[in-house]
Amino acid sequence: MELISKPVHELIDLLETRAISSEELVGQYLDRIEQVEPTIKAFITVDREGALEAARAVDESRRDGKAPSRLAGIPVAVKDNICTKGMATTCASEILKDFVSPYDAYVIERLRSAGMIIVGKTNMDEFAMGSSTENSAFFPTRNPWDLDRVPGGSSGGSAAAVASGEVPVALGSDTGGSVRTPASYCGVVGLKPTYGLVSRYGLVPYASSLDQVGILAGNVRDCAIMLGAIAGHDPRDSTSVKTERVDYEARLYNDIAGRVVGIPRECFGGPIDPHVTESVYAATKTLERLGARVQEVSIPTLQYALAVYYVIGPAEASASLARYDGVAFGYRYKQAEDSVSMFMETRGRGLGPEVKRRILIGTYVLSEGNYDRYFRKAMQVRTLIKKEFEQALEHCDVLVTPTTPTVAFRLGEKTDDPMSMYMSDMCTVVANLAGVPAVSVPCAKHEGCPIGLQLIGRSLDEALLLNIAYAYEQASGFEIEKASVV
Amino acid sequence: MALTADDVNQIARLARLSLSENEAESFAGSLNGILDYVQKIDEVDTGGVEPTSRVARLSNVVREDRVEPSLSTEEALSNAPDKSGEYFRVPRVLEINE
Repeated sequence: MELISKPVHELIDLLETRAISSEELVGQYLDRIEQVEPTIKAFITVDREGALEAARAVDESRRDGKAPSRLAGIPVAVKDNICTKGMATTCASEILKDFVSPYDAYVIERLRSAGMIIVGKTNMDEFAMGSSTENSAFFPTRNPWDLDRVPGGSSGGSAAAVASGEVPVALGSDTGGSVRTPASYCGVVGLKPTYGLVSRYGLVPYASSLDQVGILAGNVRDCAIMLGAIAGHDPRDSTSVKTERVDYEARLYNDIAGRVVGIPRECFGGPIDPHVTESVYAATKTLERLGARVQEVSIPTLQYALAVYYVIGPAEASASLARYDGVAFGYRYKQAEDSVSMFMETRGRGLGPEVKRRILIGTYVLSEGNYDRYFRKAMQVRTLIKKEFEQALEHCDVLVTPTTPTVAFRLGEKTDDPMSMYMSDMCTVVANLAGVPAVSVPCAKHEGCPIGLQLIGRSLDEALLLNIAYAYEQASGFEIEKASVV
Repeated sequence: MALTADDVNQIARLARLSLSENEAESFAGSLNGILDYVQKIDEVDTGGVEPTSRVARLSNVVREDRVEPSLSTEEALSNAPDKSGEYFRVPRVLEINE
């Protein structure tokens, strides 16, 4: 049976009725990885033997009627900034090239106890800093829809792996759009949950007040199933929220009559490609046909979101990345004669240009004389953005915007101009600044490349957000095809 | 006032980051571009606005002071670039005054 194009919810049925074994399923995916990986290059590490062994163990437990969960036996890929015990966690950086975490991240504990099969670790922009996966210290990943284009970033490996059928589902991380941008460019569903819903324990930090583990999936229902598998309170992350368990899949009613959909006026025009604008407006017509009330709203401070992000993100990064000093783990420059030159040379040689750039910006905006002018000011504007967003979400159930200003750009197109690369995040950063959940779903194609529709919801109301995304997905008829490039 | 390569080297020293001459020049250019852009937050009136440093509605999170299992010494040292017995080994930190 050909299993590669099937959604997770169908694979669950096939496994539960024992029509297929996990070994067979994982074997097919591993063969697919072997076939397309030379072209796509989505993975930094593939653990063939470990995956097959874990699959056989799940098959055995299922034969004994003791499968650990419905997801037992389903393969999954994990972004390489999420710690996996016994498997390298490199963050696509020279400085962590040989790092093997001695512990599992919270989300990895959850996947393992659910019996999911971790087939490998995916490529990314170094330390999750970038929008194209070209900042990987190892190699760029290709967009499965057009090999000359980037898959987006920073979770580009996870998005490309799902889009090219190398795995049915993957984990990524999202600090300013790093799950949603690649989801949009690769034509898959990408969810950034509410800040605090998923524990960050074992997620290598970039900017701790913005970072969140997210999901890349082939469809909204699979995304809902995965969210149920990784959400929950964890005392080891002090920002983890205590909430009741929600069955997100059961909450996909598909009925959105009377729901209010807001279109923030500030998210259109400017650098947004007219084809993208047109597709997003067409999507709002679909929502209207389903009985939703669509209305324009205004969020004036939205125009400052990207500027705020590029102060707060680098400031937090400059602190988070101070740990890469060559002392306790990671690369060390061994010819240094004293400790300070060891720190300087280790960091100078081990970190890539974009990471250095953000450490420099962060150090500058936090330095004496600049703190109030940049950092404190940005945190104050963040307060206003958050407040305006919460007000808009009082009378709107969801806000819709483009996920990205354009379709995927070409490899090399923006590598020399960091500011134009940063603009790719202009519609996504606001959900991280406000801490609210947001999802990107495919809504159209232009030049053969997918366009993503972003839906932004209320804090901790992923159930409603995913239900609206689900209703749209079902009605739009834009069934996610697997990219057939390879 | 635009940052020069010397300014960039000064910031890099604060961040314990060695840069080549070329890097300092090129970062000066891109940093100026980015700082120019973020400057637009000056337009916003933030009089009397509290800064937001975190979005989760949580106050201090504490737990009981209880001993719990943690990494073994061996695990903690498993990625060490250099070690000596149960310790991380680093180059000399203090000057020897004779």
